[in-house]
Amino acid sequence: MVSEDIEAVVEDTELPRRLKDDVYSTIEAKGVGVEDADRIAKAVESRYMDTRVDPLDPVGTVSAQSIGEPGTQMTMNTFHYAGVAEIDVTQGLPRLIELVDARKTPDTPMMTVHLDEEYADDRERAHEVVWKIEATRILALGDISTNVADMLVQIDLNEDTLLERWPTVNDTEAIAEEIAETIESNLGVQTRQAGTVIEFGPEEPSYRDLLQLVEELRDIVFKGIEEISRVVIRKEETDNGEEFVLYTEGSDFGEVLGIEGVDASRTTCNNIHEIYRSLGVEAARETLINETMNTLEEQGLDDVNVRHLMLVADIMTNEGTIESIGRHGISGSKDSVLARAAFEVTVNHLLDAAIHGEVDELDGVTENVIVGKPIKLGTGDVDLRMGTSQD
Amino acid sequence: MSSQQTPQEIGQLSFGLMDPEEYREMSATKVITADTYDDDGFPIDMGLMDPRLGVIDPGLECKTCGKHSGSCNGHFGHIELAAPVIHVGFAKLIRRLLRGTCRECSRLCLDEGEREEFSDQLQRSRDLGRDLNDVTKAAIRQARKKDRCPFCGEKQYDIKHEKPTTYYEVQQVLAADYPDRIAEAMEESDERIAPTDLAEETGIDSGRVQEILSGEFRPRQDDRRALEKALSVDLTEEDMNKLMPSDIRDWFEDIPDEDIEVLGMNPERSRPEWMILTVLPVPPVTARPSITLDNGQRSEDDLTHKLVDIIRINQRFMENREAGAPQLIIEDLWELLQYHVTTFMDNEISGTPPARHRSGRPLKTLSQRLKGKEGRFRGSLSGKRVNFSARTVISPDPTLSLNEVGVPERVAREMTQTMNVNERNLDNARRYVANGPEGHPGANYVRRPDGRRLKVTEKNCEELAEKVEPGWEVSRHLVDGDIIIFNRQPSLHRMSIMAHEVVVMPYKTFRLNTVVCPPYNADFDGDEMNMHALQNEEARAEARVLMRVQEQMLSPRFGENIIGAIQDHISGTYLLTHTNPQFNETQALDLLRATRIDELPEADGVDDTGEAYWTGRTLFSELLPDDLNLEFTSSAGDTVTIEDGEMTSGTIDEDAVGAFGGEVVDTIAKDYSKTRARILVNEVSALAMRSIMHFGFSIGIDDESIPRPAEEQINDAIDNAYDRVEELIETYERGDLESLPGRTVDETLEMKIMQTLGKARDSAGDIAEDHFDDDNPAVVMAESGARGSMLNLTQMAGCVGQQAVRGERINRGYENRTLSHFEEGDLSADAHGFVEASYRSGLSPKEFFFHAMGGREGLVDTAVRTSKSGYLQRRLINALSELETQYDGTVRDTSDTIVQFEFGEDGTSPVDVSSSQDEAAVDVEQIADSVLNEEFESEKQKESFLGQRTERTNLSEHADDWWMAEGDD
Repeated sequence: MVSEDIEAVVEDTELPRRLKDDVYSTIEAKGVGVEDADRIAKAVESRYMDTRVDPLDPVGTVSAQSIGEPGTQMTMNTFHYAGVAEIDVTQGLPRLIELVDARKTPDTPMMTVHLDEEYADDRERAHEVVWKIEATRILALGDISTNVADMLVQIDLNEDTLLERWPTVNDTEAIAEEIAETIESNLGVQTRQAGTVIEFGPEEPSYRDLLQLVEELRDIVFKGIEEISRVVIRKEETDNGEEFVLYTEGSDFGEVLGIEGVDASRTTCNNIHEIYRSLGVEAARETLINETMNTLEEQGLDDVNVRHLMLVADIMTNEGTIESIGRHGISGSKDSVLARAAFEVTVNHLLDAAIHGEVDELDGVTENVIVGKPIKLGTGDVDLRMGTSQD
Repeated sequence: MSSQQTPQEIGQLSFGLMDPEEYREMSATKVITADTYDDDGFPIDMGLMDPRLGVIDPGLECKTCGKHSGSCNGHFGHIELAAPVIHVGFAKLIRRLLRGTCRECSRLCLDEGEREEFSDQLQRSRDLGRDLNDVTKAAIRQARKKDRCPFCGEKQYDIKHEKPTTYYEVQQVLAADYPDRIAEAMEESDERIAPTDLAEETGIDSGRVQEILSGEFRPRQDDRRALEKALSVDLTEEDMNKLMPSDIRDWFEDIPDEDIEVLGMNPERSRPEWMILTVLPVPPVTARPSITLDNGQRSEDDLTHKLVDIIRINQRFMENREAGAPQLIIEDLWELLQYHVTTFMDNEISGTPPARHRSGRPLKTLSQRLKGKEGRFRGSLSGKRVNFSARTVISPDPTLSLNEVGVPERVAREMTQTMNVNERNLDNARRYVANGPEGHPGANYVRRPDGRRLKVTEKNCEELAEKVEPGWEVSRHLVDGDIIIFNRQPSLHRMSIMAHEVVVMPYKTFRLNTVVCPPYNADFDGDEMNMHALQNEEARAEARVLMRVQEQMLSPRFGENIIGAIQDHISGTYLLTHTNPQFNETQALDLLRATRIDELPEADGVDDTGEAYWTGRTLFSELLPDDLNLEFTSSAGDTVTIEDGEMTSGTIDEDAVGAFGGEVVDTIAKDYSKTRARILVNEVSALAMRSIMHFGFSIGIDDESIPRPAEEQINDAIDNAYDRVEELIETYERGDLESLPGRTVDETLEMKIMQTLGKARDSAGDIAEDHFDDDNPAVVMAESGARGSMLNLTQMAGCVGQQAVRGERINRGYENRTLSHFEEGDLSADAHGFVEASYRSGLSPKEFFFHAMGGREGLVDTAVRTSKSGYLQRRLINALSELETQYDGTVRDTSDTIVQFEFGEDGTSPVDVSSSQDEAAVDVEQIADSVLNEEFESEKQKESFLGQRTERTNLSEHADDWWMAEGDD
């Protein structure tokens, strides 16, 4: 490590943490004395100060433009991969709009599930997790036939599938029993089970009820998480070797985190609200930044500075909850009546303002444009004028 | 004139409802006649155009303030409504109030505890800036649950609201013909029920049943229920008692102030009864001017038309009421009056037919004037039309500096700048005035010290010029060197509006240097741009220092230069440096003639004939600063090395000098100065133009042709792919095709076919590429990054490839086939839009059709995209526009809420730092090396390295000589 004296000179600078660490590692690698270290730190500091944002810079508008402008270059209807060709994901402008709108559910919810060490290396064990996540419905387990003569629904379970999906149980009959129980509790019918064949019918013979039962049977989830319709398993390169990663179609972040074998620290989801519910605003903000950046990168617009995305994510999460950008979120909750009226639904805002006896203090940008005063941003925020007297 | 008054600044705006008494007080006159003008064309007294309401005709005098049209803002009048009417905008609130307050004592039906709770909630919402209506709604919901008023105990009834403005009180009462209907129900039962049976079944005394049936006795509630149950009919009827606006007004008048506060209303500013109008304000004439048509007829404004309707109905109402007309007629008229007042406020209420003009066009009334893009708020308040602006077509002019703009003389003569005449500029000022408004550096107006403004005309200019003295103001024409603002819509980022220095030119277009096309996203296929002449010194100074093109060189989006060489400039530098050709003295001087270099460096060598030569790289190096060191990979693929301002190897192409992050330009703009970068870009483009002219550069159809054998090779490759597709289809049809995980077999087949055909296109491209020379112009352009890509070339020479709609092969058209030329269910390549031909060989009709399908999708996509992304941008800007960094480094909005403690977590400006990950914002390693190796030539340089850098100011193109002389370069 570096000496205390060096630490003192470096810590004395106004550098951010990351740069200080950079300086330390450089100093250590080059093995320089305190004097040189001081000069290096000073030089780095002055270079850093050069690149700092100017005070009173209208960074909001700049960030908004920097995200809006590439929007014109994005494509509308690209689906297809998010690294995995098997899963379709909304991309491009529609996805960007979706993120900024803070929709409750995305058009194509998905999750990237990382696994704990002991599960990540072994395909078999990874599959164990897959079956815990993927919703297993009756169609995946066997064939259904309806016997109209006896008013019965017959399920012929496929033994291989059962063993595959219940890797911890080795007895097909036991599994079938479990399935039968699930059916009973869900449909409220009596079942008869013989080996891997399950039979049941409506209480009173009715053709309609029979069909109704079959319909309902299809919707029962026997295993896994209801929202997740499909899981794709993929081998991925990491810094230390390879590991299996799961990609899901549909998402239920809170549920998945509780499943054994899932590495909760690396698992992500593209639904910001689910992240918010499970992990809080800071995580939601981070996801918002990552998702926006990925969307832009996918369109070849990876040159957009992350700082702009950060600002957007920060304003969306500033209240402690996720607010959308637009009439129902940030723009609709502005203090100024005029600013809200000038954005959307003009008349309603004016009428409401009258009822509540609101007062517009004229602090913002739009209001001041309207009343014809200089706005309080950039050069308009400076009250310094050149004096006339010459001393 | 009122302009002599000092302009007042608006401090704050308060909103509220208006007391009818206040209307009457501020009214200039009561309006009673629906007529506007009399036969002589004079406004009628107490009519809608009463001269007390303001004047619009020139020459007339306002009877209220005595001013003339133009300076009189107009005055409100009023109409006394014969009966109160509801204000549509508050219809929902009125409903809420009716439901939440007692019908008897008008108090809010909430007990003390609830009141306090909602008051607290309200205060919290107010403090947090949340929507107050949510709390109000909850309070009303709570109040509505009460069956009886907690204060006076009166039973509460439900309120039914019939949109837009009718309210009913719903009471459960018996129908008037109850006995008849009971009897009827008894008849209709399966077996006729005798009254005695009924009595038995319901347990009601049979005598009482008889009485009920004869209508002598009204049954009590439980009896009624029993009766109805026995007969299995439901005869309860809701009695709808219509609440007239006057009733509502009386009701609201009694609501105490403290109850209103619980509902979030401010009782001082807005009493609820004021939501029911008894007096209608009449907007001043100036807000609804009438226009005189060519034939002398007057055409009135929509608002006036509406007011006429209101007054007419109002009159009729009063007459009818005085004459004692039946209630029915009165109610009809009341409703009609309500309709007219409603549509006067808002003519787009759902469920109400909009009031129409005689021609059938819906009238534009108050709401419509405010709403939407062209409405008052967005159209006239947030965005205004301005003076001193010009718009015309743009065209390129490479001889201008990128900071300049060529302004047509005609524009320069209209746009003026104010000169404050003093001893020093007196001669100039007089010269301008003497030139008059028609001569070029002339003047349009002068203003004497006494404030009198005189127009300079051809006739008086000479005479006026002599009178000009210090203290006068002269509005002179634009001249070379003036600063103006230049803009191209859509203004998507801040580089869409930049300041330029004027160069007055003949003809009628604005002239730009081509290197500013990328920031404006302009081309010259008919684009038009706007110019704004700045009108005060503060604005001009800001424009010069902050907005000039060179100051906007670095884009804040990606932190690299957005201005740089484009298209032919890049081809030019590529030709100049790629093979590093040699030039003799004349040629070398010719290449550099448009730059500031007027002396050649030492020759690179002597050729076979003994003549000295200079290489392309040497010539290019002349433009670089002497101490520039740089190494990077060019887009052509080789490594560019620049040592001490000498380029020793590599190719200068898009990655070096191009717009969007050209390495050389970017480095110079950041490490040297923007001025130096501007000089470089100007000179690079000039050198490149000379270079491309030296070598000659053109592209023709022959440049895309490939030899016969290559063509056959391509055909083979494509045939090969066809065979493989056939194979795939066969496997599929046999049912042997194995599906990819998570895909159906059909999808798998599609994907595999797409893949195969994609490969075929690529290999066709590879074959074609092999047969192009390195000096093929299309290859030069693609490789240097000037324009086009190898893919474009592949499509021209090799094979166009698969056409796609929505990311899939073309599958639409007829049932199970794309065109009637194919068999149903044909899965082959050519039946689904694979274009085998190249653009050069020409497409077959079928191919052409598929190609057009793909092309159409692109067009639709663009059209949809522009509107979507435009709205996204508007929302983003609106949400973020108030954010600003403070002196303490935090990012706050204008109400001082902190959004970030440090912009982007480290406070680094996105302009100065490239956003590409592999490039650190501050290169500690390199700085450390420089410090340790003492790479400084002088103490001064060392100091400047350790301390903060300041860029030397350069305010004008015309100050360049001085700027260069000051520098070390």
